[in-house]
Amino acid sequence: MFEAILLTVITASTPLVIAALGELVTERAGVLNLGVEGMMIMGAVCAFAATQMTGSPYIGILAGILGGGAFSLLFGFLTLTLVANQVATGLALTILGLGLSGQLGEAFVGQPGIKLQPIVFPLLSDIPFFGRVLFRQDLTFYLSMALVIGINWFLFKSRAGLKMRAIGDNHASAHALGINVIRTRYLAVMFGGACAGLAGAQLSLVYTPQWVENMSAGRGWIALALVVFASWRPWRVLAGGYLFGAVTIGQLHAQAFGIGIPSQFLSALPYAATIVVLIIISHNRRTTLINTPASLGKPFVPDR
Amino acid sequence: MKKLIIALAASAALLGGLSTGAQAQEKKKVCFIYVGSRTDGGWTQAHDVGRQQLDKALGSKVETPFLENVPEGPDAERAIERMARSGCDLVFTTSFGFMDATVKVAQKFPNVKFEHATGFKAAPNLATYNSRFYEGRYIQGQIAAKMSKKGLAGYIASFPIPEVVMGINAFELGAKSINPDFKLKVVWANTWFDPGKEADAAKALIDQGVDILTQHTDTTAPMQVAAERGILAFGQASDMIAAGPKTQLTAIVDTWGAYYIKRAQALLDGTWKSEQIWDGLKDGILTMAPYTNMPDDVKAMAEETEAKIKSGELHPFTGPINKQDGSPWLKAGEKADDGTLLGMNFYVEGVDDKLPK
Repeated sequence: MFEAILLTVITASTPLVIAALGELVTERAGVLNLGVEGMMIMGAVCAFAATQMTGSPYIGILAGILGGGAFSLLFGFLTLTLVANQVATGLALTILGLGLSGQLGEAFVGQPGIKLQPIVFPLLSDIPFFGRVLFRQDLTFYLSMALVIGINWFLFKSRAGLKMRAIGDNHASAHALGINVIRTRYLAVMFGGACAGLAGAQLSLVYTPQWVENMSAGRGWIALALVVFASWRPWRVLAGGYLFGAVTIGQLHAQAFGIGIPSQFLSALPYAATIVVLIIISHNRRTTLINTPASLGKPFVPDR
Repeated sequence: MKKLIIALAASAALLGGLSTGAQAQEKKKVCFIYVGSRTDGGWTQAHDVGRQQLDKALGSKVETPFLENVPEGPDAERAIERMARSGCDLVFTTSFGFMDATVKVAQKFPNVKFEHATGFKAAPNLATYNSRFYEGRYIQGQIAAKMSKKGLAGYIASFPIPEVVMGINAFELGAKSINPDFKLKVVWANTWFDPGKEADAAKALIDQGVDILTQHTDTTAPMQVAAERGILAFGQASDMIAAGPKTQLTAIVDTWGAYYIKRAQALLDGTWKSEQIWDGLKDGILTMAPYTNMPDDVKAMAEETEAKIKSGELHPFTGPINKQDGSPWLKAGEKADDGTLLGMNFYVEGVDDKLPK
């Protein structure tokens, strides 16, 4: 029973973790992209369409990544090259993504999807409990874990990551030091878009292998909240994503089990839990400030 | 020069006015407001199929513009008002949550006619129409009791409104008419539309041992999960057989087309009246998808029940029925009246859930 619940939690949490990790990198570079929902749904539609046309969900995954990444370029061009307001552009990107994906996906509505099958590690997958949970998952789960480790290493152990954090904290100083602010931010925005696209691909190929309009149903916004919740730390994104997923699935099981707690309360529980944790971690103002990229959301125009 | 321009403008306005006047006489505008996407595979798609049938039948006399993805809430009023202002003669608002918004806009535009689906607030220019979905759910309950090996079904519910509670009760009553010990587990997703969450709810119910699944949410995600886990399920609002060719037993299919054509015709004839319509299987506003993936005797039973409901011989809410706590509700032979059904806020005996208040 516990294993079954955990497997459902993993499927529900993986897209949140992946999208939040991408946005974390974008924000660490000092760019606030509120268009996660739009990039995610674009990834979902591209992944589903490519899978239906080629019959291979792996090409679908690739299409999702490319779709999300390409869509984020629009945001990058508007906010980095044309220095448009990041908040407004991000919101516009979400609205555009939701509409455009509906248009693109119209031909694919109602088609039974092809599910991305798990990759089974021989021997390891035979370990009781852990084998089933950790070594019999689909590619997106392994990628999410690799992303946590990889991004953590990149941000805090690599030179390029240090430069990127410098840009996020003070783009004027970083520019003065000769770091190419705009180019790095473009890459960070595209990485965020690619991750959101991958998260979308997980939705339309793993979570619910089908395409319906608006199928992301607000998960992009939850991913955005997770980044703040995690105070821009990759491991905390993982913990936050799984906490949210666990409470969401747990409340459904509690209902099915017949625990007499009002379902509206249970439905609000994941959000309430997130707020409580946020209050606890924001209690220490200094650590919050240390982790927050100081240039977040501020426009940058190189003076020469 | 100035005079000339004014004269030109005036004549242009006159011409324009004349031509739009002539057009308005030719074609009436019958408008639709959808809560979801018209390709959602469920509730909204069923309404859009009805709109297309109307277009086909009366296309030379009516136009049928629509607005989709209109959220329930403050934004709905703006969307409905926009439709009314754009020259619609008749506006169908197709979700329960549009009720208060429709009432407000109907007051502001007394010359525009409105019809609100599944609501209960009417006005001289505001009619309501609804379908007796519970008739189909009763049949589903009977099939579930025949097909379930464990005598336990799972029900994915959306919001605790009377419409949904009525459906749960009808399902349980149908099941109990076959197997008096039949139990029903209910999970409230608190959403009409979220494929992921609906799938999660389906997984939770299956993990807790149900072997039949039914849903009162809008997407085919639960059907897909049921297919993957190898259990049986019922479709909702549209025929969902494509999502589970070996899974779907039947589906309640909303067939609004005939009703939309009838009402648009009444508008053209000038005989439109505000009515509160609640039609069922016999009127064809609701049909059952083909009975599939079941043995012939179960199919025969379902068809017989359907015929009995159509002929009026069988009313799903006929006593003796006890409430969930065992207290009597209907005496033997007594039928529930429409008012009680439309305001239903209690479970019948056998539902294994605590009703959210």
